[in-house]
Amino acid sequence: MSSETLPPPAGGSPKVSPIKEAVIRIAGNSQDGIQAIGGFLARLAGRSEQEVMTFMTIPATISGGPSIFQVRIGSGEVLSAGDEADVLLAFYQHSYEDHISSLRAGGIVLYDSDHVEPKPQWQQTYHHLGIPISGLTVEAIGGTAKDKGKNIFALGLVAKMFDLNVPKLEKLIGERFGGKDASILNNALAAFHAGYSHSLGNVLETFKFVDSQRKTGNQVVMNGNDALAYGLIAAGVRFGAGYPITPWSDVMEILRRELPKYGGTFVQCEDEIASISMAMGASYAGRVAVTGSSGPGISLKTEALGWGVMAEMPLVICDIQRGGPSTGMPTNVEQSDLNIACFGGHGDSPRVVLAPASVEDCFYVAIEAVNIARKYNVPVIILSDQAIATRIEAFPEPNFEKVCQDISPDLTPVPDHKAYDLSTPDGVTPRIAPGTRVLSGRYSIATGLEHDELGHPTGSPKMHMQMTAKRRKKLQALAATLPTPKVYGPPEGNVLLVGWGSTQGPIREAVDRARAAGDSVSSLHITHLSPLPPGLENVFSGFNNILVVEMNDEGLYGFGQLGGLLRARYCDPKIRGITKTDGLTWKVRDILDRAKSNVAAGMRKL
Amino acid sequence: MSSPSAEVAPEKVGTLQNGATATASPSAERKPLTKKEIAADHPTWCPGCGDFSVLALYFKLIEKRKMLHEKITTVAGIGCSSRFPYFVQAHGVHYIHGRALPFASGISLSRPDLHVFVFGGDGDAFSIGGNHFNHTARKNIKLTYVVMDNWVYGLTKKQTSPTSPLGFKSKTDTWGAVDYPINPMKQAIAAGASFVARTTHTNPNHVMQMMDAAMDHDGFSFVECLSECVEFYEGAFDASNPRKGGVFNAVPAEHDVTNEEAAYKLTDVGFPGYFGIFYKVSKPTKNIKEATINSGAMEKVKGLKDWQILQKTFDKMR
Repeated sequence: MSSETLPPPAGGSPKVSPIKEAVIRIAGNSQDGIQAIGGFLARLAGRSEQEVMTFMTIPATISGGPSIFQVRIGSGEVLSAGDEADVLLAFYQHSYEDHISSLRAGGIVLYDSDHVEPKPQWQQTYHHLGIPISGLTVEAIGGTAKDKGKNIFALGLVAKMFDLNVPKLEKLIGERFGGKDASILNNALAAFHAGYSHSLGNVLETFKFVDSQRKTGNQVVMNGNDALAYGLIAAGVRFGAGYPITPWSDVMEILRRELPKYGGTFVQCEDEIASISMAMGASYAGRVAVTGSSGPGISLKTEALGWGVMAEMPLVICDIQRGGPSTGMPTNVEQSDLNIACFGGHGDSPRVVLAPASVEDCFYVAIEAVNIARKYNVPVIILSDQAIATRIEAFPEPNFEKVCQDISPDLTPVPDHKAYDLSTPDGVTPRIAPGTRVLSGRYSIATGLEHDELGHPTGSPKMHMQMTAKRRKKLQALAATLPTPKVYGPPEGNVLLVGWGSTQGPIREAVDRARAAGDSVSSLHITHLSPLPPGLENVFSGFNNILVVEMNDEGLYGFGQLGGLLRARYCDPKIRGITKTDGLTWKVRDILDRAKSNVAAGMRKL
Repeated sequence: MSSPSAEVAPEKVGTLQNGATATASPSAERKPLTKKEIAADHPTWCPGCGDFSVLALYFKLIEKRKMLHEKITTVAGIGCSSRFPYFVQAHGVHYIHGRALPFASGISLSRPDLHVFVFGGDGDAFSIGGNHFNHTARKNIKLTYVVMDNWVYGLTKKQTSPTSPLGFKSKTDTWGAVDYPINPMKQAIAAGASFVARTTHTNPNHVMQMMDAAMDHDGFSFVECLSECVEFYEGAFDASNPRKGGVFNAVPAEHDVTNEEAAYKLTDVGFPGYFGIFYKVSKPTKNIKEATINSGAMEKVKGLKDWQILQKTFDKMR
């Protein structure tokens, strides 16, 4: 809700203002069900052909703690969860005090007056609206369980304020609470209507979203971990193995629950090493399997990953990055696993690394990862992160009949087979699964020792050189097939912002904002991080400044992890880094401020 | 589910858990494999190594059970004995140190049409891979695990192993081993293994009997086979070898293999102890349990193609 779309409250009678978008931040404690309100709003947006993006923080402890859920709903394109909130819904004093600064001047703070004492010094800047949410909820549903249902009461207030579609919300509440004890649904609906019919007191205006451009087809609403898990299923993955770790656990929980419907299995293993080993075993058995983790677990998996490179074994490894190193910041976001993904392990062990840029992308990157693994017989790492894993977005429903694939192994007998055939120029050798008869009677061994073409150990220097080259060449062959990423904005100009992974949205919004202000800024987002796609040097040559925007440290030499990689690859001194390590997603304003301070000559077209 | 290879090999041997369809030529066409057809590289073991007998008996087992090349999958970790797959002419895997069991579990759980044999040594099984041993046993994953126990690290040239007896002088314990050794049989039973047997390379008929019985067992079958390292621990097992003046004590005929307590008692007998099946119970494997979960889940989506199942799930996320 920019200032153009939401005029500050003025004197006079309440009015309904049309808006194109709104950012609502809900602040409370982790057990208050604030994610549920956010989830309802996001799904409602999805069903109303609107765009939506959410952002949440959760404490790393089980017993609760401060938590927020921010949802940005828009009738146009929504690229980030929003720098500033238009409305803050605060359940406690700490929610109010800690988050009032996230509200734009003139924004509305809606607070639970049973718990929050408003501060006079903020009443000039922000529009205050106190409602005894806790007390009214108890009144409405006569709850004995203290605090239960106040989230739904608050949802009713928000629905009133934004004139949201009540029947659709009731339906969503029914889907969420239906099936349980009928009284639970009745209580939820009672709380919702109590909130909806409560007077908004001194609020001088309410809002109504303008109709969005009608999208064709259905929209689905989910977070990045959901999309990743279902993408793997669509890709034909039917076996996985993992060990619980935040924020990867959701993916394994979904696969454990869903795979049996497809005749597949997900195994919870004793540790990270067993997980990658079991998945690798299933891949060896004929069908690309998946394992995953977050940073600490990825470290544990690297020896086995090296075996996968050496033995030329397909496998998909998901790394849902969080703050590191070590246990680090388990519930915060960071993009600091790029180095381990690309280079982690001993020996020369080239592998494939892909990073999805949005929730929708998680679904399709999963499919691409499986297909690259199958074709090139190589481990493929999907670098997601905590932000994309937990944020909710709406996207067009995939065409399942088209995208779902069957990757069952072909056990047709073959005349002869060399698992490590050196005669192919691109280094790619088709695999056969166990169970396949080899008519020559010569069977290859899958091995981590340097080997000959049949996988038998060799100490031959020549063979080690040839096989090392084979493992490299096949990824060079892959690189040649990759598309050069498209520049967002003009293909030539002053500043190029380069990003990877979950930062695509805020970077693009930064480009839009900068260009609207007359600056010459474009952006480039890289999905294929190892191997890099061809043609990047040509893109870079069109700009004076190349700023790599990352959520990681500037490192010993002043560059983030992708920044360092690109400098090493392209030897281009124009490449510099914009990095940060606060464990939070980029704000658009921060990207722009940092970019400006990096470009001494200014961001205007030179 | 599609049948990718049906046009070539007519006889279906069943739909696999994960939807792959296995096919095989009619067995009438194929003669049982000869030792020559099963043998691959000449073993790299030292002359006199106990592992030779285990390999010879594995060949014999394959011959006797008329197994076909493509139906056997031999998996090993790292160590002298773990070189095993290179010597067998069949699909095989030489994996990383200590992790052969989870790798083999991945094969077993996704390909019920294959016989999965895992070979390794005491370092692989009880040191670096100790936790995998416990968990594969407790999950009762269908596969056969033969540990060639020589009480020493041979490949790295004489360091103390988790089964080295107290006082064994190695390069890492020049004054004699001080750490109490693991009792593999006791550990296997305690971890929940459903087939636990002990044998020694100097009694080939007995090794064969144990591998035969292990292969028939529907579950995690574990065989500890004493296998002398003539280079770094010569004479370790003489007390169990009648040809060297020792005694070979078979498990008493009256031993009840389903009696866990009685089995523990056998494991506590000092060296040379007993040889034979200590413990054997029938309990559902993870393979069966997962298949049961799957048939329940698949029943609910009966008649739907995979993409339609996914469509149904997404219908709820609009």
